[in-house]
Amino acid sequence: MEEKVKNITTDEQQEYVINMGPQHPSTHGVLRLVVSLQGEKVISLQPHIGYIHRGIEKMCESITYQQIIHLTDRMDYLSAHINNEAVCLTVEKALEVEIPDRIKVIRTIMSELTRIQSHQLWWASFGMDLGGLTCFFYGLRDREKILDIFEETCGSRMIVSYNCPGGLMYDVHPNFQKRVKEFIKYFRKILPEYDQLLSGNVIFHERSKGIGKLSLEDAISYGITGPCGRASGFSCDVRKHEPYSAYDRIKFKEVLFTEGDTYHRYIARIDEMWESMNIIEQLIDNIPEGPYAVKMKPVIKLPEGEYYQRVETARGELGVFIISDGNKNPYRVKFRSPNFVNLSVLNHIAKGFKIADLVAIGGSLDLVIPDIDR
Amino acid sequence: MKKEEFGDNESLELLNESGSNILLTTIDDVINWGRKNSLWPLTFATSCCGIEMMAAGAPRHDFARFGMEVYRASPRQADVIVVAGTIVNKMAPVLKRLYDQMSEPKYVVAMGACAISGGPFFLNSYCVVKGVEHVIPVDVYVPGCPPRPEALLYGMLQLQRKIETETIKSRKKRNATHDSK
Repeated sequence: MEEKVKNITTDEQQEYVINMGPQHPSTHGVLRLVVSLQGEKVISLQPHIGYIHRGIEKMCESITYQQIIHLTDRMDYLSAHINNEAVCLTVEKALEVEIPDRIKVIRTIMSELTRIQSHQLWWASFGMDLGGLTCFFYGLRDREKILDIFEETCGSRMIVSYNCPGGLMYDVHPNFQKRVKEFIKYFRKILPEYDQLLSGNVIFHERSKGIGKLSLEDAISYGITGPCGRASGFSCDVRKHEPYSAYDRIKFKEVLFTEGDTYHRYIARIDEMWESMNIIEQLIDNIPEGPYAVKMKPVIKLPEGEYYQRVETARGELGVFIISDGNKNPYRVKFRSPNFVNLSVLNHIAKGFKIADLVAIGGSLDLVIPDIDR
Repeated sequence: MKKEEFGDNESLELLNESGSNILLTTIDDVINWGRKNSLWPLTFATSCCGIEMMAAGAPRHDFARFGMEVYRASPRQADVIVVAGTIVNKMAPVLKRLYDQMSEPKYVVAMGACAISGGPFFLNSYCVVKGVEHVIPVDVYVPGCPPRPEALLYGMLQLQRKIETETIKSRKKRNATHDSK
């Protein structure tokens, strides 16, 4: 009996294991984390994935290239348009199709709108994770305005399926330019409000500054890309280093910080929203005239070989690797998804922090679980 | 939305009118009124539909008007589970356990094509459950990929209407039929 009591009092020294997820509001989906704790301190952590593994890569082998984009939509659903663009660019690269400027510019504008709405939703849920429910209402209020633009042009709110190999499904709506300009004007006024609400909040600073530090060396060796990598000083913006679509003709700043903690991952995303607005403003007034799609064969067959294309999604670098054996179906498709790689660093940076900080760190990595499991 | 505007599915009300005793119906009316106006959903989202479910709770669509804004993180406090997204074989036992942990009365809304039938992953996928009704009994199906928040709202209103016609007897019968499957 006495020994039992002893065990309870020395609990601080003992290691014990708890399960976080698969059903947990702060894991943003069905991620399961097995956390070893000492008191409240995280000693080590092991993510278990596969709770939403749908076999997308395997499914791609039995469908045509036009059909693949409908599956990549559902992979990282918050940057659906950018995922589609990656597949389309790979197919176009393989077929050596010249894409007219109009398509390139429209794709870039849509990509940046997607990036803004993704960061808005991230901001909303990150605030909610840390206990600020107001962020949820502010973020989603403004997100609806972008979804309206999507709905008008693409016919769908979130999962747009607007790209297809060789161009776009249909032309943009006549109101498109007007609506985008209205939104930019509106959002430039609103974004400082986000800062007032969360960025300058003392409680938020306490919970995020110095938490979950990721050094530049670790960011590079783990391959962390996107805003998380750039917050650590890893210059990894594919838009800058390997421009695709219309990114080579515009001027924008790559957001870089050196601190690499939760707070700077947050600030990096806020700054990216400003940059995205700059990019859209440079392009929206001069969308060139021309066709909205190149005429492609109804059955696309890629020549035999291996093709790779990478793009910058809202979460980092997405790579699409297609091996073709000359048939109408790909032989093998592999996605290098940013979330899978970003998750791998969680154990490294959450070690030694409190379990409440784990929620903040996980939120700042901005994980989308179906993209991890695919 | 007014009750008359539904108009497309009268079988539920007809079923109710076809005879039950007076004492039971009066008690049922009171109980159902309470149940239908405070449906608390469980925060359970596996994929894309979850984002539209969040949007339904957000300012523009505002779930709260119908008494269902209180998203519960624990299944023990929830009345309705909105299955938002694909359920794969690894997740199915977890979903079943969540459902079992909920206290009676409990309802299930299958949101989106994946939860209804496997949706885009029906063909060629080796690990997707082809419809959640293989795991738990479903009350309302909301089609779409993903459904708009308005569609989810409509589905939830249909669920309220279904609750209105319930009796204590039929509830027991419903559970018994699914268990025997």
